[in-house]
Amino acid sequence: MNTQKKMQTAAIATPGLMLSGCGSEWRLLDPAGPIAHEIMWLMIISGVIMLLVVVPVTLMGFVFPWRYRKRAASAGSDSHQLTNPGKSAAYEPYWEHSGKIEAVVWGIPIAIIMVLGYVTYTSSHALDPRRPIESDKPTMIVQVVALQWKWLFIYPEEGIASVNEMAMPVDQPVQFLITSDGPMNSFFIPNLGSQIYAMSGMENRLHLMADRPGVYDGFSANYSGYGHSGMKFKAHAMATAAEFDDWVRKVKTSGESLDDAVYESLRQKSRDVAPMHFALGDALLFSDVIDRYSGSLGQISKQRIKPKDQQSAMLNEVP
Amino acid sequence: MAISSESIVTEAHSLWGRFTFDAIPYEDPILVTTFAVVLMGSIGIVGSVLYFGKLKYLWDEWLTSVDHKRIGIMYIIVSMIMLLRGFSDALLMRSQQAVAVASESGAGYLPPEHYDQIFTAHGVIMIFFVAMGLLVGLMNLVVPLQIGARDVAFPFLNSLSFWLFVSAALLLNVSLFVGEFAAAGWLAYPPLSGKEYSPWVGVDYWLWALQISGIGTLLSGINFIVTILRMRAPGMTLMKMPVFVWTSLCANALIVVAFPILTVCLSLLTLDRYLDMNFFTGDGGGNQMMYVNLIWAWGHPEVYILVLPCFGIFSEITATFSRKRLFGYTSLVYATACIMLLSFVVWLHHFFTMGGGANVNAFFGIMTMIIAIPTGVKLFNWLFTMYKGQVDYNASAMWWTMGFYATFGLGGLTGVMLAIPAADYVLHNSLFLVAHFHNVIIGGVIFGLFAGIAYWFPKATGFKLNETLGRWAAALWTLGFFVAFMPLYVLGFMGMTRRMNYYDNPVWNFWLLVAAAGAAIILVAILIQFYQIFASIRDHKENRDLTGDPWGGRTLEWATSSPPPFYNFAVLPDIRDRDHLSYLKEHKLDGKPPPKYEPIHMPANTWAGVVIGMLSLGFGLAMVWWVWWLAVATFVAMFAAFLVWSFSRNKDYWVSVEEIERIEGERWRRYEEGLVQAAAVNQPGDRTIAVGGLVPEGAR
Repeated sequence: MNTQKKMQTAAIATPGLMLSGCGSEWRLLDPAGPIAHEIMWLMIISGVIMLLVVVPVTLMGFVFPWRYRKRAASAGSDSHQLTNPGKSAAYEPYWEHSGKIEAVVWGIPIAIIMVLGYVTYTSSHALDPRRPIESDKPTMIVQVVALQWKWLFIYPEEGIASVNEMAMPVDQPVQFLITSDGPMNSFFIPNLGSQIYAMSGMENRLHLMADRPGVYDGFSANYSGYGHSGMKFKAHAMATAAEFDDWVRKVKTSGESLDDAVYESLRQKSRDVAPMHFALGDALLFSDVIDRYSGSLGQISKQRIKPKDQQSAMLNEVP
Repeated sequence: MAISSESIVTEAHSLWGRFTFDAIPYEDPILVTTFAVVLMGSIGIVGSVLYFGKLKYLWDEWLTSVDHKRIGIMYIIVSMIMLLRGFSDALLMRSQQAVAVASESGAGYLPPEHYDQIFTAHGVIMIFFVAMGLLVGLMNLVVPLQIGARDVAFPFLNSLSFWLFVSAALLLNVSLFVGEFAAAGWLAYPPLSGKEYSPWVGVDYWLWALQISGIGTLLSGINFIVTILRMRAPGMTLMKMPVFVWTSLCANALIVVAFPILTVCLSLLTLDRYLDMNFFTGDGGGNQMMYVNLIWAWGHPEVYILVLPCFGIFSEITATFSRKRLFGYTSLVYATACIMLLSFVVWLHHFFTMGGGANVNAFFGIMTMIIAIPTGVKLFNWLFTMYKGQVDYNASAMWWTMGFYATFGLGGLTGVMLAIPAADYVLHNSLFLVAHFHNVIIGGVIFGLFAGIAYWFPKATGFKLNETLGRWAAALWTLGFFVAFMPLYVLGFMGMTRRMNYYDNPVWNFWLLVAAAGAAIILVAILIQFYQIFASIRDHKENRDLTGDPWGGRTLEWATSSPPPFYNFAVLPDIRDRDHLSYLKEHKLDGKPPPKYEPIHMPANTWAGVVIGMLSLGFGLAMVWWVWWLAVATFVAMFAAFLVWSFSRNKDYWVSVEEIERIEGERWRRYEEGLVQAAAVNQPGDRTIAVGGLVPEGAR
């Protein structure tokens, strides 16, 4: 498996590296998906707009005190005189107000913030993590559970699960459904874009898409305990659907099935966990994990949905 | 150090609670060495106090003092000691990250069990016990002097606030040697900080240290609001208050509104941990998101509590050392008030990534950006204060201020970037964020506080700090800041997240080495600062401030002697102008003793503050270690001490006219001596220039 993975990595990472050159370590500036791409431009544009005022202000912070410095007291005994003709800058100790300057110093920040406010409003909507990504391909669902201290990925449609490794075909939107079975974490793949918190008893949604094949680092961006630093995974963006299908098959036939007992062992604390592959035993595992934290209310809903075949019958009983 | 979960005592012993000798980290060389140093230092201090027979002096003149100036000085001393602790943590983190490139846990010299306590302690110490302590210390020192008050409104309360602060600082430091400190990040988000994931004493130390110091801060806030609103000298209308008083007023208003949120938030977490309640747990009907909202509803105003008074300090210093009136005073006051109000409607920007809806995130993002407007206005006001002024490069206070101008624009820029929710979705919790808040807190708050200390040190002590060393410290801090934190901005773009104990990306290592070098530069700067204090005390005879006005000050505090008499002003001044002393100088009214004195009413020192404060330390320890009998006993004792103080009649006294005449006679003798000295060295005399060159013929 290891060699195969390496070959895969080499095969798909090369074009990416060639495209981006040595800049590829600057992951936020090396987007591998549409969301990350837009966020990169958002940061660049907002940064440039602000530099319009920050650069002059910072320069003024150097120029003003230098130009209006107190002239050398050591030069002579009369250095404290009001003016030092031909040398000293003008000195007006009582000058403390100017309507024009006030208008400018309030006006410029207001103007810039109005522009940025508009950018903020539109980008908050356009890049809302819940917003599905438009594509002619169907959205793939990946359920993510933050455990102590590893990531569990569940592919309910494919019937597989994996730990600290995930894969997706390029150009296919992915809907991540994210929860935690432990402390709060944050699910983040910098090359692909947004992160979102993983919290127990709750489902957060995040839509991402890779448009360039490669292997991207993912990790938890919210401190969650001693094993936090090792809570990382590789996200494989695969060039073709066939490649992805191969990966699914490989995971499925790895031998082990993710049932309650195996899940219970995954819940135990462990650090720096190597990738693991499972066939998915319990299709409703993800909602069970969320229900674990829903108190008595959750127990009822769990009973209702857990036995898959009885589900429709039970629903019928509800008046 | 954390101990393994098996050895954690879960049933409290009736006498010892859950304390066992396993709780003492004998085997950790770093902690044992630290403990030895602390022990020797303490023995040295206590020993020398006893040896020189100064115990009574210490008790009578300092520990039981209600004099705002002495309390201010004690705040600053404690905070500077805590700075050493907090900065040691920073050095440990920087050196760990500089070496910890590895593919799995265990790299470097600090295991996560230790490292994670260090970054938690670093944040807590730097915010609560360094920045807050220095700030409250400076407010204590300066605000009553600037408004012409004899003391704060509630002198005992002030002493109590200080001793609660000391108690909390001690409690936090005890955690180093007995048990563990929290390893859940400085704001201890549940469920990680809950009982299930943090079963031992660390989070409890955190809870009680913050609870005790938070209550102290809240009391200070009330005290200063009342002081500023009710105790100004005659004639000082609100719009004649110095800007530092204005910014302090706004900061204390924020304290009074925000700190109760912290108190409640900590109490709820305490109930979760002690009584198995479920306010913030994942199950049982609790909600962890509520904690995050509450803690930031306090936490964001806290940022402005820290930075607003520093803006005031920069205003005072810029005006004084530009020898010019402050540009746009009214604008600055309104900008401060705007920031005060807005700081309550931005807290959500700390967790856009929790998954708020687009409209919610956009609202908080835009509100955050709006704060940049009044803040930007302030920067312009300071720049135009220097414009057509005469900026004095000799003053180290001005160097700190220049360090602020050089760094703050960038901090604002990155702050607004983080305020765009969509951008925050990739920048959140990254080292970009870490660089940003250090940028504004070091550049804005720390430089401001150090500038304030350099500026008001002669007022507090009667002699100046060594200015050459001060300029070196300011320059090296500024340089060190850039070297230490610019790489962190870079690492943020490289996708490095905060609080990493190790990392497997060798490319990051270079930048972390640079950052470590920056921390080393800051270390040199801090050592220079401590040497500066030592050297200035050693040479205090040469640096004496005899006139009470070493800088050519503009505001009221420079009109009294340095250090001021315990009653501050023999006769309360009648305020004519917001730059009251400048007004006096211009009208040649300064430097004259008042025609006659009257008896002065002063508050008496009290044992109650220090006793209640130290009892609260016992209470905190008892609660942390589940020693219930001791908790009850100390709590009852605290209340009893308060009652005894309340019913005591010995709370105030009158200073006789003879006493005042004696003190003031001495003061004016020194004043004349100071003028003669200034003329003799043929120094143009700062005070002459201070009057705007209206008296160009030199010293009078």
